[in-house]
Amino acid sequence: MLRIERKTDGKFLHQRIISVLIALAVAGIVIAICGYNPIVVYREMLEGSFNSVYYVQQTIQKTIPLLIMGLGVAVCFKMNFINIGAEGQFYMGAVAATYVALNVSGPPSAVTLLEMFVAAFLAGGIWCLIAGFLKSKWGVSETLVTLMLNYIAIKLVSYLQYVLWKDPKSLGFPKIANYPTDLQLKSVFGIHAGWIIAIILTVFVWFLLHRIKLGYEISVMGANERTARYAGMNTTRILLLTSLIGGGICGLAGMIQASGVEHTLNDQMANGMGYTAIAIAYMAQMEPPAILIVSFLFSILLQGGAYMQISMQIPSATGDVIQGIILLFILGSEFFSRYRVIREHKQKEEAK
Amino acid sequence: MNDAALFFQLSVQLGTPFLLATLGGIMCEKVGHLNLGIEGMMMLGSFFGFMAGFLSHNPVLAVLAAVAGGAFGALIYAVITVTLKGNQTVTGFALTIFGTGLANFLGKPYSSQIMDSTVSAALGVHSIAGLSKIPFLGIVLFSQSLFVYLSIVLAAAMLFYFQKMRFGLAARMVGESPGTADATGINVDLYKYIHIILGGALCGLGGAYLSLVYVPYWQDNITAGIGWIAVALVIFSGWNPVKAIFGCYLFGILKGMAVKFQGISLSVLGLKISIASQVMDMMPYILTVVVLILTAIAAKNRSVGPASVGKSYFREDR
Repeated sequence: MLRIERKTDGKFLHQRIISVLIALAVAGIVIAICGYNPIVVYREMLEGSFNSVYYVQQTIQKTIPLLIMGLGVAVCFKMNFINIGAEGQFYMGAVAATYVALNVSGPPSAVTLLEMFVAAFLAGGIWCLIAGFLKSKWGVSETLVTLMLNYIAIKLVSYLQYVLWKDPKSLGFPKIANYPTDLQLKSVFGIHAGWIIAIILTVFVWFLLHRIKLGYEISVMGANERTARYAGMNTTRILLLTSLIGGGICGLAGMIQASGVEHTLNDQMANGMGYTAIAIAYMAQMEPPAILIVSFLFSILLQGGAYMQISMQIPSATGDVIQGIILLFILGSEFFSRYRVIREHKQKEEAK
Repeated sequence: MNDAALFFQLSVQLGTPFLLATLGGIMCEKVGHLNLGIEGMMMLGSFFGFMAGFLSHNPVLAVLAAVAGGAFGALIYAVITVTLKGNQTVTGFALTIFGTGLANFLGKPYSSQIMDSTVSAALGVHSIAGLSKIPFLGIVLFSQSLFVYLSIVLAAAMLFYFQKMRFGLAARMVGESPGTADATGINVDLYKYIHIILGGALCGLGGAYLSLVYVPYWQDNITAGIGWIAVALVIFSGWNPVKAIFGCYLFGILKGMAVKFQGISLSVLGLKISIASQVMDMMPYILTVVVLILTAIAAKNRSVGPASVGKSYFREDR
């Protein structure tokens, strides 16, 4: 008989690397069953991400929103606040930034960009705070509320794009006017300046989680809310503040994407990245440096997938399949870092 | 009168994929597993049903393939959350990414292909002789697809199963207190596996209704978020399969309104009001949030859901 037992000395990192490798192998088998050559698929993915300076820049550019939203989600997850609303918070951030950009009085300046930044943070933060408030007040499941708020945000953006903010100069094409050039993020080393903000945020979130009192309170609450309350922490305040910060960071990602890449607001711009960010935060165990690495790896799947669709007509959904399989394997493999499997009879011999 | 009947007929059709998915969710949560993978399992069922129907022209094979597709997704979930005790929320989430991705990936060659008409006709509208002649209700409820009848029958059967039958009661015990169930000799893991897989099969059916009858051609993301709303509808219905019928049809009505009132301007008291379709589309989600709040307030003092939902059961912890 096999018996399982809890263990405490989990070796996370090498276990994760092994499960990613197994997952890539399994995904390869799935790809092969579907009639494509997995080696070619993987090679094309890497080529599409690294083959030229331009592709590398594209890959890094795709990392930026994933990284920032991964950080925002991680802050919430650390508190055991299952915020799956990064997508909606991203859109709300972009909406607020666009509102500022379109209604700027006088010539736009660096101050306007700063205003957009603050507006985006607040909009994304409040979108997440709604779920935080409902949880603290009535115990409403934040998972479902944040999810529903995603859909509401996307429909709102559609409404703005097709009706309210539609650019009259676009000749009937449903499009919101482009940002003035001064409000588009400048590129630094060929990639829009969002990458600098992303790195600053990575450091900030690491600092928040590991060096500041709030970060400590977040971890205690994440481990056990009751403990936090008995220790005299103001759990409501922590919950609200953390959801504001987490959602706000996701909102910043929306502003950066709108200003740096799209130069406008549209209802396609997040395209599921908010959901990928959740997978990233979880895989990285909410550790900012790990989020940086994992989001870069996931952007290879995105960039490589998009490249492959054009170069080989292989559907870009391949990236999603691989992503899903990797995630499922990691979730399954955690068992082996938390439990050990023991053969029953062997133990009896030891007892003698 | 006839217009109203046709509107409610449409609402029932729109509510049916919600209903099948919600029943699947209830099945799973009754044994203590929160499955956010409903959307993914629906996509798998939807695609495999479509592929089988398209290639074989056989409605029975199409339905079986859809059931198998949903069950396959559920099996992955069960292995990770029951046997390997993985995090249920994230696993369900990963299952949705995987299921949606796989269905879109495999479905690429079938994009915009129309379902074989013999299959969609065989599963489509069959008026029930006699009953369909009842004014109003005859049109709304008894001139419908086989999926609609099946979903109602399944809901009633599930209620009976969980209220009256030995296995159903044992399953509830597993969901409420796995430790107690284990002590009385119930094979906890087996019960969990069976119900999770049955739940996946129901979700697969819900997806298949879309691809085989309602739409019926293949398109990316054909389930369009229905599976996520179903997660909320499970709570809304209070884990009661028959109440789920009403909850889901209510959502069908909302969706129907979004379809019917698209871009129409109404004049109310001399004021011209035009509601953009995007705003109408928001309504089901806003209603879901309201419903979640109301159920949470109502449940503040008593727990309505199975007590162990979301927690892994580890025997040694008893």
